[in-house]
Amino acid sequence: METTLHKVRRAILAGTSYELDEPVFTPKLDVSHEVLLYVEGLNVSFDGFQALNDLNLYINDGELRCLIGANGAGKTTLMDCITGKTMPDSGDIYFGQTLDLVGRSEAEIARLGIGRKFQKPTVFEAHTVFYNLELALKSDKAVWPALRLQLSGEQRDRIEEVLSIIGLTANANMLAGSLSHGQKQWLEIGMLLVASPRLLLVDEPVAGMTAQETERTAELLTSLAGDHTVVVVEHDMEFVRSIARTVTVLHQGSVLAEGSMDAVQNNADVRKVYLGEEAA
Amino acid sequence: MTTITQRRSLLSSNVRNFIGLLFLVTALATIGNTMFAEGSIFYVSTYTITLLGKYLTFAILALAVDLIWGYCGILSLGHGAFFALGGYAMGMYLMRQIGDRGVYGNAELPDFMVFLNWQELPWFWSGFDSFGFALLMMMFVPGLLAFVFGMLAFRSRVTGVYLSIMTQALTYALMLAFFRNEMGFGGNNGLTDFKELLGFDLQADSTRLGLFIATSVVLAVAYGISHFVMASRLGRVIIAIRDGEARARFLGYRTDHYKVWLFVFSAALAGIAGALYVPQVGIINPGEFSPLNSIEIVVWVAVGGRGTLYGAVIGAILVNYLKTRFTAIMPEAWLFGLGALFVAVTLFMPNGIVGLFRREKSDDNNDDGSDTTPPLTTTAEAS
Amino acid sequence: MTLLLLTAPPSAMAQSVTNTPDSPAAVDIAGLSATASKLAKAKLRQRAAIVSELEASGGEAALPLFSAMLAGDLRYRKADQRIVTTGEPVGDDEIVSVADAITGEALESASEGAFRKVRVNNSLRIQLRKTIARLTLMSSKPALREQAALNMLSKPDADNLPLLAEALAKEPDASIRESIELAMAVSTVKVSTDSTARLAALDTMSGNLNPAVRNELNRLIAVDDDGNPEEADKAVRDKAATTLDGIESRVSFFRFLETLFFGLSLGSVLMLAALGLAITFGVMGVINMAHGELIMLGAYTTFVVQLLMPNHIGLSILVAIPAAFVVSGLVGILIERGVIRFLHGRPLETLLATFGISLILQQAVRSIFSPLNRPVSTPEWMSGALELNPVLSLTYNRLYILVFALIVFFVLQMVLKKTSLGLNVRAVSQNRNMAKAIGIRSERVDALTFGLGSGIAGVAGVALSQLTNVGPNLGQTYIIDSFLVVVFGGAGNLWGTLVGGFTLGIANKFMEPVTGAVLANILVLIFIILFIQKRPRGLFPQKGRAADS
Repeated sequence: METTLHKVRRAILAGTSYELDEPVFTPKLDVSHEVLLYVEGLNVSFDGFQALNDLNLYINDGELRCLIGANGAGKTTLMDCITGKTMPDSGDIYFGQTLDLVGRSEAEIARLGIGRKFQKPTVFEAHTVFYNLELALKSDKAVWPALRLQLSGEQRDRIEEVLSIIGLTANANMLAGSLSHGQKQWLEIGMLLVASPRLLLVDEPVAGMTAQETERTAELLTSLAGDHTVVVVEHDMEFVRSIARTVTVLHQGSVLAEGSMDAVQNNADVRKVYLGEEAA
Repeated sequence: MTTITQRRSLLSSNVRNFIGLLFLVTALATIGNTMFAEGSIFYVSTYTITLLGKYLTFAILALAVDLIWGYCGILSLGHGAFFALGGYAMGMYLMRQIGDRGVYGNAELPDFMVFLNWQELPWFWSGFDSFGFALLMMMFVPGLLAFVFGMLAFRSRVTGVYLSIMTQALTYALMLAFFRNEMGFGGNNGLTDFKELLGFDLQADSTRLGLFIATSVVLAVAYGISHFVMASRLGRVIIAIRDGEARARFLGYRTDHYKVWLFVFSAALAGIAGALYVPQVGIINPGEFSPLNSIEIVVWVAVGGRGTLYGAVIGAILVNYLKTRFTAIMPEAWLFGLGALFVAVTLFMPNGIVGLFRREKSDDNNDDGSDTTPPLTTTAEAS
Repeated sequence: MTLLLLTAPPSAMAQSVTNTPDSPAAVDIAGLSATASKLAKAKLRQRAAIVSELEASGGEAALPLFSAMLAGDLRYRKADQRIVTTGEPVGDDEIVSVADAITGEALESASEGAFRKVRVNNSLRIQLRKTIARLTLMSSKPALREQAALNMLSKPDADNLPLLAEALAKEPDASIRESIELAMAVSTVKVSTDSTARLAALDTMSGNLNPAVRNELNRLIAVDDDGNPEEADKAVRDKAATTLDGIESRVSFFRFLETLFFGLSLGSVLMLAALGLAITFGVMGVINMAHGELIMLGAYTTFVVQLLMPNHIGLSILVAIPAAFVVSGLVGILIERGVIRFLHGRPLETLLATFGISLILQQAVRSIFSPLNRPVSTPEWMSGALELNPVLSLTYNRLYILVFALIVFFVLQMVLKKTSLGLNVRAVSQNRNMAKAIGIRSERVDALTFGLGSGIAGVAGVALSQLTNVGPNLGQTYIIDSFLVVVFGGAGNLWGTLVGGFTLGIANKFMEPVTGAVLANILVLIFIILFIQKRPRGLFPQKGRAADS
């Protein structure tokens, strides 16, 4: 347990150090008010269905936040809006004080330092585990330079470190397609780690994992918080309880309650919605 | 700790083997054609040389389709259009070389323009007296079309079957357009009756041999470059786009830029293939734009094995050899054969001949980053 | 015939028959024949009198004789001086068929030498023409009267006026009166010197669509080579110009309607061709490149049905519709069971495999029916045109196909909405696993859906066989267009196919006169490419979460 945490911390430090000598455009991120992500008055509708309804959410820098809510509460739509996949009908999303995310492409938002893990593990099946991580590295992602890009020693070290964190060192030359489901989940997390994003959006990270793997994931996510900001969407309440400091409950496209796990569980509105639903 | 190696040289073993084999075939054919007399078992007729040259241009074309389909998952049913455009660029140069030796003896205008009572050369024919300019256009025109089409299609995320249909419609529209006399490309008859290329008589055996060798060299270079591209980070991003475009986008790649780049590269390669094809067969007409031609290219690649460069080459040569034999013996059976080939390949050997061969060799062949077979996406309900 | 039935209401026709005094039944045919026989021996000068006599005694019954005489076809039998018409000589003996000139009764064939021609000269021809004009104008048959008036309309002449005036006074039918008045007006404008009468005549001509009217007006406003007007009367000239403008704007309005009709017709064909595709591609998500060949099979089925029932061509089309549905439907089910179901979730492979099938079907048709186009006849009830006025006529085959396409559309809509098959199809297309879980046999539904889409393609083939050549390439011509319709309309529902088909059809036909057919095709294609930039999923996209993935 000690060793994993130690490794993670070292990986993060390495990540921040190599970031300095990369010629990557990164507009200055202003987090002087300690808030990393502002979501204000967000509305999204699909064919008359109001998926998000005047949603307001503030994520502090370095925080670990859990989002819970029933199916159709708008969790995934919110993620889609933040990462540029879905264009909101109205509302603002700011990264730091100054960077407006609305209207930017997925790629642009990713390059700003927002990483996303999908519900279903998506890795590049025809590539080896190593190449999967290489592709995720923070580096120049334009077309022509990609023709000539070579791995620097530091980048290679970085990949190897992440490999050991996610426990896939022995599988580095295996095709990702031949990994087990759980290993794919880890590889995808590794792909996020290797880019050391400022904000990590994680959609159901422990779906399909064994109890042991779940525990490791919980460890990893909690250790990431602080240097990174992590937002986790999860159905597994045990898992949420084991990692969460602040929990936000979404219901019908807006925030129903927010606070510590205990506070949320005792919240009258939440009980009404959840118990009401269970009763029905 | 496992050592992780990256092979990234222009002459990896894969490329070396391929170019070696190609060189051997070219050299043997050349020697057979020049050193041995008719009747000898080593004799290779000029007819065969031209046929081989034609197959090699098809191999280049198949390479172009494989890059975009096998590596990036974009099924283009319009690559025949790029091939034909390259061919027309070469044809226009060859028409200008005819000079006053045409039927009407007009040094200023090609025969078909005299026939249509045109008074002067249309603006888009100017410059084609120069081989250098024509050479540029062979790549530029298909490339430009691919760029415009790609920008429109890939930016609005038209994918899959929709994209395939649009590419097919594109080549169909071009076919209709080139059939019109008013377009200024010889209408129905296209461009033909060529005399010479760079001063060499196109009917001469030596020129035909020269064209064959040139095609072989171009194929070798195209293979080398394609391999270099696909073994680079760029190539890995392209494969990543094929297997998980959304993931690639969320990693920060502008996938539309990559697709446009590859589409243009592939179109230019197809244009070069077309330019080499025209002097060897002596004609280019709008029939080359027919949707059937484009889809035939796809079947070459499918038969050989998509996602591997040598698979595309093998498929192009094999299918066209079969076509030559079949159409000579029983012409009406060819379409039955071709149709059955489409069905058989998709049902029984989705990874082509190379795939069959690979399965036997199991997985010790992962010698090269550039050759990746796409995973078969089968859905759960395919029971 | 159509025209006459439409312009003369039945009541008017009945009335005219009873009102006309000299009904043909009253004529003494034998006496007439005797009078006619005099033509044989008469000198040219005497013949004019005989013609007058024939007109007076026989009236309308003598019309066939006059027509034959004017055309120079009249003969008399040397033996008995009977007046006859003869056919073309056949064989070495130059045997000709013979018919009585008045009754048309067939007589015994004989050698050509047995007859002699009844000669006519110019003055006799003029007399004959006038006689014929008079007789037809006063004929007991409204159809003939109308035709006579229209003939005189297209050949304006001073001599017409008294005849027309006489006819007008006796004419009971309102619509024929109009034609007569119009013919009088055109003649008046041409020959009269009375400015007021001509201006009044121009008023009568106003708004009329007959080409003869436009010819006359154009003549009035024409200028000679020196730029001087051919017509001296300025008031008439100006009035002619405004009248012509009025007529031209009406003409262009009807031309617009005609283009619209052609557009709707093309649209109905596109929609029919695309409807089956909208089911297989839109609902099932299966891309079937052999769709065009299923249409072709439908067209060939029509051909075969007509071969089997050569004496009932009118009925054959109605038999061909279900037959084509079954043939194409079964072939479709065969394709689905044999190939497509193994390629689930691999659309590009499906595309390639079905393309291979299309090649096989094409070649099969070439081998069985020859590579040449096969003739499919159009039944009587579908040929001809609905002539609304001299400018606008709608051909019946296009009209019927337009209606037929709409019927197919609504029937299909009902099948999908109201039947259990339709319910199952929609369930499977929206969530296959859930559908299976609630006990829908998805395999069976797949096969039936594909069969339905293919059957509709066959039905489209029956319609197409009435419009285009039936050959092995029929399918290829329509496959790309059909896909464009579905892409443009969107895979969400059949309304998209309807709107898509008609929009593309109408757009194509309106661009055609300006750009030419090929360029119009290309422009439509470019338009669609640009359109899917804005709406990648077409006009009526598939809704819901599933469509997003």
